[in-house]
Amino acid sequence: MNGIRVLVGTRKGAFILTSDARRKKWEVSGPHFAGWEIYHLKGSPADPDRLYASQTSGWFGQVIQRSDDGGLTWKTPGGGLEKTPEGFSQGESNKFVYEGEVGTHQWYDGTQHPWEFKRIWYLEPSLTDPDTVYAGAEDAALFRSRDGGATWQELAGLRRARGDLWQPGGGGMCLHTILQDPTDPNRIFTAISAAGAFRTDDGGQTWRAINHGLLSRYELPDPDAEIGHCVHNLAMHPARPGVLFMQKHWDVMRSDDAGESWREISGDLPTDFGFPIAVHAHEPDTVYVVPIKSDSEHYPPEGKLRVYRSRTGGDEWEPLTKGLPQKDCYVNVLRSAMAVDSLDPCGVYFGTTGGQVYASADAGDSWAPVVRDLPAVLSVEVQTLP
Amino acid sequence: MIRVVLPHHLRTLAHVGKEVELQVQDPATLGAVLDALEARYPMLRGTIRDHVTKQRRPFIRFFAGGEDLSLESQDALLPKAVAAGEEPLRVVGAMAGG
Repeated sequence: MNGIRVLVGTRKGAFILTSDARRKKWEVSGPHFAGWEIYHLKGSPADPDRLYASQTSGWFGQVIQRSDDGGLTWKTPGGGLEKTPEGFSQGESNKFVYEGEVGTHQWYDGTQHPWEFKRIWYLEPSLTDPDTVYAGAEDAALFRSRDGGATWQELAGLRRARGDLWQPGGGGMCLHTILQDPTDPNRIFTAISAAGAFRTDDGGQTWRAINHGLLSRYELPDPDAEIGHCVHNLAMHPARPGVLFMQKHWDVMRSDDAGESWREISGDLPTDFGFPIAVHAHEPDTVYVVPIKSDSEHYPPEGKLRVYRSRTGGDEWEPLTKGLPQKDCYVNVLRSAMAVDSLDPCGVYFGTTGGQVYASADAGDSWAPVVRDLPAVLSVEVQTLP
Repeated sequence: MIRVVLPHHLRTLAHVGKEVELQVQDPATLGAVLDALEARYPMLRGTIRDHVTKQRRPFIRFFAGGEDLSLESQDALLPKAVAAGEEPLRVVGAMAGG
């Protein structure tokens, strides 16, 4: 029988929520890495017991953790000279060094500012190789490890896509989204705040901005600039990788040509500001967003926590409220904090800055909290286990 | 034998207790102690000082014998009591945050 494993990153550690396929009774393990910020955890599609975690701290910097047993035990995979009794070499799994000349990007006041590594926001394991994993950094850059997280190399071609024009958004200048095209191993999409969306077609060597059609009237002096858009999140259905969905700072967008052009699909949403966006596991035109009141007020409109679902690939949206608080709710749902499982019916999950993780086992029709009192949730990923 | 006291989060990362003991060749400088610490516990590389520049991370301080050594050169000799193992070198995380 299938099982579900939900990987939750929070401000104070990681938590792993597990259930059978009914998704009614949950077991909670954690906090793992107690007291550290866990920006993201994700499992390898090629080996579900292989997990990667980004453990980070303003005091102590960046650590990458790896589990080979589904999160029961963790190691810093290393790359240094010494070996643990278990045979792991340790030491350089937390070493992220920009390639070559560090270079500069645009600072808040319009001057140029040197890149400074702060943390890893996002980890994307390869679709086919458990030892290959991509990491999205702040200050924005893409790194790759081919040895299970032991050592990391920057794919510096990304920063050559007009990195001098990138600038930090309110959350810092972060590469927060990485999508792999399952039909083309050389095609990868990334998104950066505040720079925009980018695509490579040669395995990460060269990149170009794919922001045609984005309009940022309130944020940019040139609203349809090639670079500078505050893209919050991207989503794709694996069976239709040429169709991308985007939650931008303001505006929900769609591309039908792998990012060559975008059109707005905000339609009848109560507000088109928000952070995460997700696609149903079996219906490529069913999309989920969590509208947030505004960029000044990061909470749901009217204090009602509503997920909105479109079954038409955008434009027409319906509120999903059953089981979610419909008054006095002022939490936020961050960009990496919504995910789906691949059971039938599709399960949808999201975490809040108030520490709740909500789950729906019926594609969003009804919701129930799995946990209510975790630290602020930074990320939610789901594994459907065989 | 030089004794080093680590902050809580680095103890859990390195799987050690409050205090570790390190064999450090003379001269016993702060840099030599940190080199020995990172060699024995490689997961601590980058957590106390930068991987490349070896500069102290901003929210880390070094104390020994009631003295703040944070702004000393890493080539400066440690106090004799630390070099002799009578006093520990304390690596301290600044108190801040919520």
